[in-house]
Amino acid sequence: MSKTSKHTAMLGLPYYAWAIVFIIVPLFMVVYYGLTDKTGAFTLDNVMAIAHPAHAKALWTSLVLSLESTAVCLLLAYPLCLVLARSGKSSNSFLVLFLIVPMWMNFLLRTYAWQSILEKTGIINTALAALHLPPQHLINTKGGIILGMVYDFLPFMILPIYNALAKIDRNVIHAAHDLGADDLQTFLRVILPLSMPGVISGITMVFIPGMTTFVISALLGGGKILLIGNVIEQEFTLAYDWNMGSGLSLVLLVFIVINIVIQMLTDKDGEGVL
Amino acid sequence: MKALKKFYVGLIFVFMYSPIVLLFIQSFNRSKSRGHWGGFTLQWYAQLLDDESILEALRNSILLAVLSAAIAVVLGTAACVAMQKMRAKSRAVVMGVTNVPMLNADIVTGVALMLLFLTIKIERGFWTVLLAHITFNIPYVILNVMPRFRELNPHIYEAALDLGATPVYAFFKTVLPEIMPGVGSGALMAFTMSLDDFIITHFTTGSGTQTLSTKIYSEVKMGIKPEIYALSSVIFVTVLVLLILVNRVQYRLDRQRLEAE
Repeated sequence: MSKTSKHTAMLGLPYYAWAIVFIIVPLFMVVYYGLTDKTGAFTLDNVMAIAHPAHAKALWTSLVLSLESTAVCLLLAYPLCLVLARSGKSSNSFLVLFLIVPMWMNFLLRTYAWQSILEKTGIINTALAALHLPPQHLINTKGGIILGMVYDFLPFMILPIYNALAKIDRNVIHAAHDLGADDLQTFLRVILPLSMPGVISGITMVFIPGMTTFVISALLGGGKILLIGNVIEQEFTLAYDWNMGSGLSLVLLVFIVINIVIQMLTDKDGEGVL
Repeated sequence: MKALKKFYVGLIFVFMYSPIVLLFIQSFNRSKSRGHWGGFTLQWYAQLLDDESILEALRNSILLAVLSAAIAVVLGTAACVAMQKMRAKSRAVVMGVTNVPMLNADIVTGVALMLLFLTIKIERGFWTVLLAHITFNIPYVILNVMPRFRELNPHIYEAALDLGATPVYAFFKTVLPEIMPGVGSGALMAFTMSLDDFIITHFTTGSGTQTLSTKIYSEVKMGIKPEIYALSSVIFVTVLVLLILVNRVQYRLDRQRLEAE
């Protein structure tokens, strides 16, 4: 190795050290606290606490709501990406508008704003009343939480699907048409299979934040619907039971690891999640 | 069909932006209750300037976003340079670790860092939040910068060395301009993620340090002060205008370069 390339290799050291101290070590701390009790002795109680009816119910609710909002995100995002991917270069700046710009308005406020749209005296019910239609109970429901999840995580579904669709060579689609496939056949047998990596990536990107959120349920669920994220958050900030909180986090980590494996199996180019 | 497509894109656009428009309108609403329009006023904008606790949170948020983005850009770009010389296997390991904060749930990242700070007994506050923000920002920088190296022609750098440039000089003259778009978008994303983060900040901050996010969260139950709507509108418009200006300048420079060629 020449002297300069040794110097070049050393440029990475600060980040490697950073990654060890702030990415890897903290994860092991969660494992350590999750598998020990207050005295530091090994125990599985914190992890098994997930079986406690209240915890199991919260986990189940989180799974169901997150799956439902992931499905809605997919149904909304796929047609949108089809349109955008066909419209050429201008769609790139359009994507920035979708993905980045809304984040400059604080995410809590954006989510909270849905309250004034959904609540009893909110915009939707005012409009319904003006049309002499019965008011709808929208806030503090599971539907409200799903809406919040869809709203907050839709960009994570749009980006990978758009990237996968934009990558498809136009000639492949022309070839399908030349060989006599109609639009539906071309879609089902060419476009859809080629976009599957993006779809799977999108699903994994939306499912985890949805399943682990505690903010959306706090803002739009009125504190009545507990997600597993709320349970963990309360263990740390109210009960100060780090062991229990870590043990339940380990349960989440299982889902996250499954997710990462799926993500890695479909992302063969190794290009990462962006 | 075309009209239908436009309508659909428009519909999603309305979905994404209606809460933002609503908050914007709310910041001019004289009435404190959200559902009721009490007439146009600028009083929340005026009162904002006297609210020390909100301004303090704003200072923290901006300082965190700028510092964490800047440090993440330096560390992340340096790591990208180093990884070019790495064997494919070790590079895959580094990239794998880099993906962890992005694929991990924010709540797990948050509690993990909280446990780290509690265990080594660092008092949580501004500095621990900064460390946390740098940690989740570096991956955004690396994932934006790495693809740029793939498009880079390594011979230009070598030619610069052959012509007598020092490695550092050659890097700044030949490599950096080429990867700059990636560095720029990485920095913008890092800044945005830091500004918008609540969950990780929530777990890594102490009682003494508030960012806008943690302040908003603590106010949700009692009702958010209209001053917060005013401030958020100001931030939103400022960043938007800044970005449009930067884009304009960039566009003009690109055109000048094209014309010169």
